[in-house]
Amino acid sequence: MTLLRLEDVSVRLHNRTVLDSLNWQVEVGKIYSIIGPNGSGKSTLLKTCAGQLKPAQGKVLLQGRLLDSYPRRQLARHMAMLQQSQASLPDVSVRSLVSYGRFPHQPVWGAKRKEDEKIVEWAMAQTGTLPFAERKLSNLSGGERQRVWIAMTLAQQSGLILLDEPTTYLDVNHQWEVMELVHDLNRKYSITIVMVLHDLNHAAACSDELLVMRAGEMYASGPPEQVITDRMLRDVFGVRGSVGRDDRSGRMHCHIEGLLEAVDFSAQPAIAAVK
Amino acid sequence: MRMVINAFRVPMSKGVLVIVALTAAVILATGFSIGTGAVRISLSEIWLYVFHGYDGPMKEIVWNIRLPRTLVGTLVGANLALSGALLQGVMRNSLADPHIIGVSSGAGLFGIIVLILFPHLWSMLTPIAFLGASGAAAIIYLLAWKDGVQPVRLILAGVAVSAFLGSGISALLIFFSDRVNGALVFMVGGLSAKSWPELEIILPYSLIGMSLAFIGSSHLNILALGDSNARGLGLSVEAARFFLTALATLLAASAVSVVGLLGFVGLIVPHSARLLIGSDYRFLLPASVLLGAAVVTFCDTLARLMFAPLELPVGIMMGALGAPFFLYLLRREAR
Repeated sequence: MTLLRLEDVSVRLHNRTVLDSLNWQVEVGKIYSIIGPNGSGKSTLLKTCAGQLKPAQGKVLLQGRLLDSYPRRQLARHMAMLQQSQASLPDVSVRSLVSYGRFPHQPVWGAKRKEDEKIVEWAMAQTGTLPFAERKLSNLSGGERQRVWIAMTLAQQSGLILLDEPTTYLDVNHQWEVMELVHDLNRKYSITIVMVLHDLNHAAACSDELLVMRAGEMYASGPPEQVITDRMLRDVFGVRGSVGRDDRSGRMHCHIEGLLEAVDFSAQPAIAAVK
Repeated sequence: MRMVINAFRVPMSKGVLVIVALTAAVILATGFSIGTGAVRISLSEIWLYVFHGYDGPMKEIVWNIRLPRTLVGTLVGANLALSGALLQGVMRNSLADPHIIGVSSGAGLFGIIVLILFPHLWSMLTPIAFLGASGAAAIIYLLAWKDGVQPVRLILAGVAVSAFLGSGISALLIFFSDRVNGALVFMVGGLSAKSWPELEIILPYSLIGMSLAFIGSSHLNILALGDSNARGLGLSVEAARFFLTALATLLAASAVSVVGLLGFVGLIVPHSARLLIGSDYRFLLPASVLLGAAVVTFCDTLARLMFAPLELPVGIMMGALGAPFFLYLLRREAR
């Protein structure tokens, strides 16, 4: 079943076309990762899916209905979004922050209900944040904080969660912790996940489907084994590498050896797009 | 500041405790205010006069002078503090206060025009000052608008418009320096001779403002997460910002137009309440209301007491106590 469909979507920002006639669809219950070099339009695409950016052309449909036609509150019950970096650290406890995820479900005057508390508890248990529920965000490590933010989106109880580079600023261990958590939530509760990732190995290991962006256009889409190829590394990222499969986990991985030798920066598509 | 916050980092029960303590502080300050003056009245006597219709010798003083004046003080403090707390939330800036949206300069200019140029309109001072306050806020909001209102633009537009109106105030004060006397008290803010009519003006704003603000408290919590997060959680950011700013304007304008330009309450009280109770607006808003009421009432009592029988306007006392305290908070925050 199609959850989200983009039809011929173009987005312009500051008089520049950032997304160009994109067609894509997201099926229920799968994990999608959007990859591509800086400035290729990954985050723009995610924000467009979230209804935070309006396409200049084309349609974004959520369950067959125009995204624009959903009132904000109702939209927040269908999808949750975790942005790339948090501008400021709210001065509240973990439990309070997670409970804000219930906002779109609560009456306008913000009355707390029994079921809300249960769901907040559940969201914290799923993300392993229950042990420090009463602590302030400022007293947590980066990895713990990220799990708290994910708990908040989880408390929103939406069928679709959008994550913008959820592993940025985390060390390797915590990066994988977040990836496994996302994977786990998807498999257990069939929550559809769409995320922007920088690390190709994360994307290859944890996604059902990939979307490769290049200069505001879709370069390729499909399952990791089809999309992650030597050729894609060369064409999209301008690097030399080899692609393989781990014998034990059966997951795809790629090994980047370095920049393409005869690299001409002015001809790089990512840079051309910035002009 | 972190240390202080950590010390008070506690769930619900602590928040409730602080609210109870602040309520007690308001009651004490109110009793102290009614009992203090040229004639001292004991708390038990006040109780009899106010709640049992006791027909004693002080009845007139309690009912016609001290009780209404004290109540005006509590409501003015509550409104200004609540207005400041709302604005600090909307602007996501703990240094925002009712000055930011031009309430003081607007009320100031219009008030001064009445007091200096049209003294015969003196009875219209409050509505005209109210008009100036809300008008200035509306102009600032419009000037800051560009595909929505960003807090920084709003603050900058506020600074500019306030400076513009402020120069008008200064010009009037200089051109008509012989008539400045009456205007001065309005400029610092005072509760002298405030009674039941003033209470009637301000009470509806307080009641409606507080009810709406407490409904808005959960929205402020969401707004504090930043525009993008707030939208993701289903909040209509622009609408929330507009309504909360409008509410803050009405609260501050109602207070300022009645007692004059009482400074600092709207800045210091919410800031102090934040240190006491944390940043959860469901607790911070009521705490600000109570602390504002207690502080203004207490300062007014001191202002009457200190140089008795001479009475200082409460604004002077607020500034004298408030400014050093504010500097102290700033130093802590810088650490």
